[in-house]
Amino acid sequence: MNFPANLKYTKSHEWLKKTAEGTVQIGLTDHAQNELGDLVFVNLPSVGDALTVGESFADVESVKAVSDVFSPVTAVVAAVNELLLDDPAMINTDCYDAWLIEAEGIELEDELLNAEEYEAFIQEEA
Amino acid sequence: MKLIFERSRPGHGCDMLPANDVPTLQPAAEYTRQTAPNLPEITEGEISRHYSELERNSRGVNNGFYPLGSCTMKYNPKINDEMAALPGFAELHPLQPPHTVQGALQVMQMAEELLDEITGMDCMTFQPAAGAHGEYTGIAMIKAYHKKRGEGKTRTKMLVPDAAHGTNPASAAMNGYTVVTIPSAPDGGVDVEALRAAAGADTAGLMLTNPNTLGLFEKNICEITQIVHDAGGLNYYDGANLNAIMGIVRPGDMGFDVIHLNLHKTFSTPHGGGGPGSGAVGCKTILAPFLPRPVVAQEGGTLVLSNDIPDSIGKVRSFYGNFLITLRALCYVLTLGQQGIPAAATGAVLNANYLMRKLATPAEIAYNRTCMHEFVLSMKTLKKETGVSALDLAKGLLDYGIHPPTMYFPLIVEEALMFEPTETESIETLAEAAEAFRALVALAHQNPEALHSAPHSTPVRRPDEVGAARNPVLKYDFAR
Repeated sequence: MNFPANLKYTKSHEWLKKTAEGTVQIGLTDHAQNELGDLVFVNLPSVGDALTVGESFADVESVKAVSDVFSPVTAVVAAVNELLLDDPAMINTDCYDAWLIEAEGIELEDELLNAEEYEAFIQEEA
Repeated sequence: MKLIFERSRPGHGCDMLPANDVPTLQPAAEYTRQTAPNLPEITEGEISRHYSELERNSRGVNNGFYPLGSCTMKYNPKINDEMAALPGFAELHPLQPPHTVQGALQVMQMAEELLDEITGMDCMTFQPAAGAHGEYTGIAMIKAYHKKRGEGKTRTKMLVPDAAHGTNPASAAMNGYTVVTIPSAPDGGVDVEALRAAAGADTAGLMLTNPNTLGLFEKNICEITQIVHDAGGLNYYDGANLNAIMGIVRPGDMGFDVIHLNLHKTFSTPHGGGGPGSGAVGCKTILAPFLPRPVVAQEGGTLVLSNDIPDSIGKVRSFYGNFLITLRALCYVLTLGQQGIPAAATGAVLNANYLMRKLATPAEIAYNRTCMHEFVLSMKTLKKETGVSALDLAKGLLDYGIHPPTMYFPLIVEEALMFEPTETESIETLAEAAEAFRALVALAHQNPEALHSAPHSTPVRRPDEVGAARNPVLKYDFAR
């Protein structure tokens, strides 16, 4: 499994990427997409919606189940990746390219893991 | 196979009507449709072959063992269907005057009385057409109750354990409640301390199924319902798993105020093909003023359908629900009687424990306790070792003539397989199923590829579930 070193990770299996503009992109990790299996539907928030650390902001549906996606930041939704609405399988093919949302105005950030720590965490969880 | 619309040929049909020898009347334009209905034109012989082929391509309780967890796929005694086919019941019109349908009203009254006795409730409605519909109705009654007491605006939260059926949070949300998830304790039951912390002045109620979806009896049930009552909330019983306890212990005595029953599951009417079902809702007297209308009532010497319930939540379905399902359930209860009902429950529990112990070696039991009517295996280790998933194993069982168990539910168990054998299977059937399962686990170690492509011997092989979910084709396109 692949966990790029330039990203930060959460224990609820989201990744975070800081952009040059000071916003963050949020997506699902390789481990998450592998556990969920083939994704068939993604429910995303709207631009301008408020995000709260630890609260669900989106849900993803696979053949197995519907799962919540939790926000690692308290911020505001700046953009949503609308391509995913038509093609949720993008998350299965390249989860680090398939960001779900971009957030701006970050007030609070959850305790995040680096790639090494995250990999150790999922080993331990299994 | 071809759809019935693809078999249709213009001019084909099943009858040869004589020439019309009476005057015809053209109804007014507002009563006539503009286009003819697109019904298939097909001969009787072709219809018969079409449905026979559909039957060959599907698998039901009449074909073999069907341990689909949480669905109670027991044998449906044919006497129930025989009674439902009696012309006096089958040919009723829902708008017949009450004095001409006294027998049917008596069926509803008797079914209500007996099912109230089994569940410890005081009143019951048969309007809801299935389990989730019953949940929606029951939660709407809880909401009406709080509103009547002036607490409608403050009691906004519905407590739902994380092992609940997905329909529970959905029914609460559809009624406008915020769902608060209560975690499970390590023994698989509700985490009582977490419940205590969550219950308060904003609690509208708790939704619980007992035994829960792991097939485990909530040992702390009276403490759980008391916590909710002390907070001013009401307790909703999801009756999906009643088969394990009917005639043994009653939801009404466990502290539940309102319940639904899946008559089509527990009380044995044919189901699994999309209906018709019945999600009868029973309640304690405190909730009776909010029942859907109409209800069967006694007026002088006759039975009537009374709409005199001013605080009723209204109608939740046309007429009186799926009446013939109520009739089948009554027939089942009368056939089994006071001894048969608890015997069915204990048989279901015995069968589940027998099968669970038989499967304990090749698989892992998710919560290793005495189970009730169903149990959950985790195929996590097998998947790690061989790459063969719970889905692959479930599909493999079809090659042994066994319907797959429920997969990937409850969500709190990884690679879950949930078996509910029911009371109507023999020890030989269960032993054969355990052998089949053992053989599949051995095959997973030797030749995992063979299981990734299973089933191999069924008329329908592995359907493209991802394709069906991503690009569903839900209706026939006549333009094609």
